[in-house]
Formats: sequence, C-alpha cells, structure tokens
Amino acid sequence: MLLSGSGKGQPGAVPGWVGYALLPVLNLVAAFVLSGLVILVIGENPVDVLSLLLSEALGYPEAIGYTLYYTTDYIFTGLAVAIAFHCGLFNIGGEGQAYLGGLGAGLVALALTGWPWPVVAVLAVLASALFGAAWAFIPAWLQAKRGSHIVITTIMFNFIAASIMTWLLVDVLIRPGSQSPETREFDPGVWLPSMDRALGWFGIAIPASPLNLSFLWALACCLLFHIFLRRTRWGYELRTVGRNERAAVYAGISPARNIVIAMLISGALAGFVGVNEILGVQHRVILNFTGGVGFVGIAVALMGRNHPVGIILAALLFGVLAQGGGQLSFEYPTINRELVMVIQGLVILFAGAMENLFKPQVEALFRRRGAAATADAATGGRG
Amino acid sequence: MEDALLLALQLLGATIRVATPLVLAAFAGMYCERAGVVDIGLEGKMLAGAFFSAAVASATLNPWLGLLAGIAAGVALAMVHGFACITHNGNQVVSGMAINILVAGLAPTLAYAWFQQGGQTPLLPNQARIPAVELPGADALSGIPVLGPVYRELLNGNNVLIWVTLVLVIATHWVLYRSRFGLRLRAVGENPAAVDTAGLSVATLRYQALLVTGVLTGMAGSYLSTGHGAGFVRDMTAGKGYLALAALIFGKWRPGPTLFACLLFAFTDAVQVRLQGVVLPGIGVIPVQFIQMLPYVLTVLLLAGFVGKAIAPKASGIPYVKER
Repeated sequence: MLLSGSGKGQPGAVPGWVGYALLPVLNLVAAFVLSGLVILVIGENPVDVLSLLLSEALGYPEAIGYTLYYTTDYIFTGLAVAIAFHCGLFNIGGEGQAYLGGLGAGLVALALTGWPWPVVAVLAVLASALFGAAWAFIPAWLQAKRGSHIVITTIMFNFIAASIMTWLLVDVLIRPGSQSPETREFDPGVWLPSMDRALGWFGIAIPASPLNLSFLWALACCLLFHIFLRRTRWGYELRTVGRNERAAVYAGISPARNIVIAMLISGALAGFVGVNEILGVQHRVILNFTGGVGFVGIAVALMGRNHPVGIILAALLFGVLAQGGGQLSFEYPTINRELVMVIQGLVILFAGAMENLFKPQVEALFRRRGAAATADAATGGRG
Repeated sequence: MEDALLLALQLLGATIRVATPLVLAAFAGMYCERAGVVDIGLEGKMLAGAFFSAAVASATLNPWLGLLAGIAAGVALAMVHGFACITHNGNQVVSGMAINILVAGLAPTLAYAWFQQGGQTPLLPNQARIPAVELPGADALSGIPVLGPVYRELLNGNNVLIWVTLVLVIATHWVLYRSRFGLRLRAVGENPAAVDTAGLSVATLRYQALLVTGVLTGMAGSYLSTGHGAGFVRDMTAGKGYLALAALIFGKWRPGPTLFACLLFAFTDAVQVRLQGVVLPGIGVIPVQFIQMLPYVLTVLLLAGFVGKAIAPKASGIPYVKER
C-alpha cells in the first residue's frame, strides 16, 4: 500500500513517477478495457459509450459543475478512509457516518430558520462532524477496548444507520401530511450558496449546477488533513500507531487513544458529505442520499495513496464516472445507472487490489533501459 | 400446547431455511480464512451466484444447470480474488470490496440488458427451481403427537440444498481436523513459512481453499434465487455475506460455533419477521426498522461482549512473500 518503486541509488533505478503515475494509469486503462468488454456484452459500442461518458462529465461548463459536485463528496470520504488507513484501520463505515452527518446538518438547518446562512453553515459543519464522529465512535471504541473487528462493526453500523434513518424519516421527521419519507424543505435563507450564486457576487457568471461552497471546504480539509498528519504531534502519534503498534507502545503512545482519535476524525470527515448533499443540494433530509459514497471513498483513498493531492485527483476521476455514467442511461436504453458501479468496481480492483499487476514488467523495463543507459555512458566515457 | 409446538416448529423451520445460505457462506469464508486469505467478497460472490443461476435456470428451465452456473460464477470471482491477493499480493479487504461493488453493479446491469425487467430475472416456474425433498410417510406419521408435527414441519419438504448443506457442515469438520488437506490448510493460515519450508506451495494451497470458497458461495447464491426464492431480484443477498463473516468471527473460525452463530442470526431473522406489526404488551408496536436491524445490532453486541479478542488465523490477511 506504500509508495512503490523506491529504487534510489541502485543502477538502473526506477523513477518515482512510475510508481505514482504510470502504474495507476496502466491499471486504469486495464479497468476501462474490461468495462468496455462488459459494455460489449450488453450490446453497445464501448468506444461510443465511454466517449459519451467523458463528454457528459467534462464536455461543457454545467457538466463540470456536476462532476465537481460529486468530487466534493468523494474528497470527504476519501480523506475519511485515508486518515483511518494512516492509523492502520479500515473504515468501511463512511456510508453510515455520512448518512448521520446529513442528519446533523439537516437538524441544524431545520432548527435555525431565519438565521443568516454563514452562521447556519458553520453550525451545520460542526453538527455533521459531531454526528459523523459519534457514529464512528462506537466501532472505534469497541476496536480499541474490546478488539472487535472494526471492518465488521463499521459494516454493521452502516446497516443500523440505514434502519434508523428510515425510521426517523418515515415516522418522526416526515413533513406532516406528506407521503414521501423526507423532511420539509429548509428555509431558502439558510441554504448553502451554490457556486454559481457565490461567484455571481463577484460578478463571475457560471452556469447553475449543484456545485456549492462545500467544495471549497473539501479543499480546505485536504490542507488541514496534511497539516494535522505531517506537522503536528498528534498526527505523528497516529501514524506511528498505524505503522507499528508495538513500537508506539514502547514510545509511550497509546494505540487505543489514537484509534479512537483517528476514527473520530474519519467519521467527522465522512459526515461533511451531509453538508454538501443536504445543506448544499437537496435542502431537505431524504432517504439514501449517500448512495455508496462511503465505499467509493475507499477506492479514492487507495488510488490517491492516502495523500491529499492524490485523493483530489482520484476523487475527480470518480466524479467523472458518477456524472458521466449517470447521463448514459438517457442516451442508451439498455444501460442503467448500475453500469457506473461496474466501472467503479473494476477501477477499485485494478487500481487498489491489483496495483502491482504490471509492476514487475514495467520496473524490469526501466531497469533494463537504465542499465543500458549507464552502460552506454560508461563505454562512451572511455571511448 | 399443540399450537405452541407448531409455532416453535415453524420458527425452527424458518430458521433452518434462512440459515442455509448463511451457513454456506460462512463455511466458504472458513476455508479461505483458515488458509490465510480474508474474504469480505462473500457477499458479491453470493450475489453473482444468485444472478447467474437464476439467469441460466430461466433460460434453460433446468435448475441443475443453474446451480452449476452459480457455482461457476462463484469460483470465477474467487479466482479473481486469488489472482489479486495471492499472485499479486494485493490488499485482501480491498479486493473483496471491489468484487462486492463490481457484482452489485454487474448483476442488475446484465439483468437489465438481458431480461428487460428492471434489473430482475423473470419469475422462475417450479420446474426451473431446485426442488424440495418430500420424505415418505409424512401423512402416515402426522397422527402421532410431537413426532408427527416434527417430521412434517421440520424434516419434510426441505430443499435439496439444505440437506447438502448439512452434509457439507459435517464434511467440513472432518476435512479441517481429520484430513491431510485440512491440516495443511490450517498450517498455511497460521504459519505459511513453515508450510513453504516443508516443500508445499503456499499459493497452490490458498488457491485450493479459494476454490472451495467459490463453490460454496455459488451454492449459497443459487439457493437464494432458485431454491428459496423464484428468481433473482436486485440486491437479494442484502448483507448476508457480511453477516456470514460476522458469524465466522463469532464462531472463532471453527465449524461448530460458526454453525451455531449462523443459526442464531437466522433465528433472530425468523423472529423479526414474526414480530413485525405485532402489538407487544406494554410497549405497543415496535417500528419495523428497529426489528429489521436486530441481526446487525446482535452482531455488534456479540462481537463486543462475548467474543472478546477474536483470534484470527495468524497469517490471515497477510500476503505470503517468499524471502529471496
């Protein structure tokens, strides 16, 4: 899972960009080739479908807005998975934490009708972080104190979150007299401004899209993530526990404490999905607004090598898939939204689990070329 | 008295029917985890098994071909998992997750394209479903108190795969603890280096374990869509693969306790179906969502309270890299 290709100083060393650029691109190509095969089996032309996917995601300004809106979600969940990874934990519960985060943001927005939106936005961010962190706390505590397998408990908490939210929306928070399980719409004054509105204040006109200010918060989170992890004592302790729990114990660092801290931050980050979705776009709490973002976050963190810059790029890729893939069904009657999951699954498989698939061949290629180059230089020097 | 007995028997019957796919999946997981390969892709393999057996059964009207197709799908995905985790030392949890997401998309996508019924297969006629075993003399015995109802409700009319599962449970216990293959399987999960030193191939053993995993998950899926149900519906495994994994951990990777854990989860499920809409004295009607989350809450409670530190096979989850 660590950066590959650290052959510094050896003859014919493999350049670093092979590990973090060339190999992921090769894996992506493999994933897309297989996706193309699936599209062929369905009976459509893969080249047409995939190029339509790209143009629907990046081809015009409105589409880019949509793509970045999806990217926002994936940055949050990608960071959430990554911080847990740095502590050696697998947080599969991003889905449930995001769901609860949305509840937190929604409750704030429902309660504060008439307040200015910046206040509501700050409080909603806090509330979603609190709710998401709370939902991550129980599995974290159980892992730290009781050794309960966190992969299993976070998965179970996804199911439990889904049940609780259904109950809340069907029986408790539902708009009186309404049939569909959702809350009333928030007062327009507390909505998180969309990007087109916000840029409009500065006289910049862009087409309307769900992209909203939480995108900027996502980018800020990337920066905070980096500072916390690399520049603070807490981040150092957290990474130490992730690298070597026993060494951490000998250094006086408590693994249990750091497991809980990592999961609280992880849950809070996942909870921010609720700000983007509920406060920024839906403007009401609805059923299943998360739609798999927590799982995509795993892929994003893996592809981004748990580094904020990588996570932004990987989130962008999955944003393109989500937006472009979602549009395909309008053009092709035989294709529905689930094709996106097929492509996502293949990308995760190739970029995550089979990340070393082409490594031996590619590295051998570079070593041979490097060795040949040094040999040339040596003979050239003598002659 | 008679009614209470009948109710208890019906609950037990439902428990067995619900437990069968869980047991198959949990035992599938037991083989590969005992060999040191973590597989959270049980869910996806089951779903693939369910889809492909229903698709083939509906096309050929032959449930056995459907079963074969389901098993083939399970095995194929298990081999993908092996290729990623054994051959390429990939992350096992990620590979499993990828398979789950892939199948959750692939099954409805193919169903949508092939059958045009909104991501389902057509309803299977009875001849295309895996049959139940009608035991002889159910009517003749029904007059006898206790024994008659037990025979009729509990033993008679069970699906073929339920009996197969029963045999597999016993066989697994024997294979794991009494056979040479089982000894090697357990060894490769605890200390692959020792197995390697003994001149056995770690990779081959792990692939063999995954092969069994694939067969069992395929059967589990097949039971869901062509035995218990009559056709594939979207997301029909509904977390059973994860529950099976939890049962496996709760059972500490041993056949007997794992079987018990599966039966416990299934019993909770059988009870929850009966509790829906029932007015409990003093409490009233419990919202259906709370009843539905019982198995999941139970899993967390069991993992937290009773298992304590679950001691997994030592090498489980760690790719084996030969030192060079």
